[in-house]
Amino acid sequence: MCLAIPGKIIELDKKKQNATVDYGSGTKRKANVSLVQVKIGDYVLVHAGFAIQVLDEKEALETLALFREMLSLQEEER
Amino acid sequence: MFSLRDKQLADDIISQITKAKVHLRFMHVCGTHQDTLVKHGLDALLQRCGIEIGQGPGCPVCVTTPKEIEEILLLAKHGKTIATFGDMTRVPGVSSSLQQMKTEGCDVRTVYSIEDALILAEKHKGKEIVFMAVGFETTAPTTASVLLRDPPLNFSVLCCHRLIPPALQAILQMGELKIDGFIEPGHVSTIIGTKPYEFISRKYQVPQVIAGFEPLDLLMAVWMLVRQIQRGKAVVENEYVRAVKQQGNKKAQHVMQQVFEPMDVKWRGFPMIPRSGLRLRKKYEPYDARKKYEDELQKIAKEEFVEPTGCLCGDVLRGLISSKQCPLFGRECTPENPVGPCMVSSEGNCSIQYRYTKK
Ligand code: SF4
Repeated sequence: MCLAIPGKIIELDKKKQNATVDYGSGTKRKANVSLVQVKIGDYVLVHAGFAIQVLDEKEALETLALFREMLSLQEEER
Repeated sequence: MFSLRDKQLADDIISQITKAKVHLRFMHVCGTHQDTLVKHGLDALLQRCGIEIGQGPGCPVCVTTPKEIEEILLLAKHGKTIATFGDMTRVPGVSSSLQQMKTEGCDVRTVYSIEDALILAEKHKGKEIVFMAVGFETTAPTTASVLLRDPPLNFSVLCCHRLIPPALQAILQMGELKIDGFIEPGHVSTIIGTKPYEFISRKYQVPQVIAGFEPLDLLMAVWMLVRQIQRGKAVVENEYVRAVKQQGNKKAQHVMQQVFEPMDVKWRGFPMIPRSGLRLRKKYEPYDARKKYEDELQKIAKEEFVEPTGCLCGDVLRGLISSKQCPLFGRECTPENPVGPCMVSSEGNCSIQYRYTKK
């Protein structure tokens, strides 16, 4: 139930309350974005029709590199 | 998008966990975590590395009490239009289930979002729409956001929202199970941030890691817990940095604050947990189904309702047994004919276990 799906904001109304979110492979749906501060092009997590958080694209892209670094640091400590 | 698959990295994590030679038990409180663990066989894999990992009370539909189910059934029986999330309609209560009542002519609607319930209320001014609001901190702001918009007065909410941190504390206080670390739910944490978990590490010396939902997220979270334990630490760490900020979602927290106040509530399988539930503040009383229909609900106000005979959901939710240890699992109790909510909800431990191991 706490499932939240990532998608990209492709349309945003003037009041920044509602947006169209593209979930990839052709799936697009409306979402309420009043709980977050977004602009077109942002990636958001959508839960029960509401965007609940903006995804940090930089962090996302660096996640694997960060994991690798943490592991190798630990290895060195041994 | 943002694919997190890397076989070599997964192997490296497993190899480091194995080298640590530990025997530990971790708990998570999230159906989506459980789904990832079972679907990818990570639970079995980690067990071979000395790590037991199980689901606690992390399924909002499962932890609703038999009493709450009876409340909504009674309102359905009295002619209200009930709107709620899909899983909720199939949870068996003592007398019936919403789905059953629908076949008997009651008006029960499945919605994807509370906004759909609001649209129903706006379209059908002559009907009384009651939205059964279940969910943790992830979902509560969506309910709050709608109530802040002055919905029409034929709309109300049976509030069954619950909060995760008080439940974690309850598990530790009950002391039925030794827990060496918690994996915290990523999406709850997008809202609340890292701080609300901190008192648990301080008070009970239990390490915690907030985790995302890819297999690698969970492996990494386990690795981080092991590392904390090896270093004699007990703090809150965040593995899911791409979505969880330390301060959480301030806007959502503010919206929740405005509409709700904490209250003591029972959870299925648990006694009363202090300040673990949410109720509507006085200002929003006209939308509070429990106030609005107080007279009608009076009939069952003092009644206690028990869990279905033979169902061990309570023990499953407290992490004491695995679903398969329930004698009814896969026999009398299946997703087609669920006895308890843990077999109904797609986030329920029994349903997940059945989905991946029974077929
Ligand atoms: S298998 Fe069915 S009866 Fe047993 S605990 Fe799970 S939901 Fe309850």
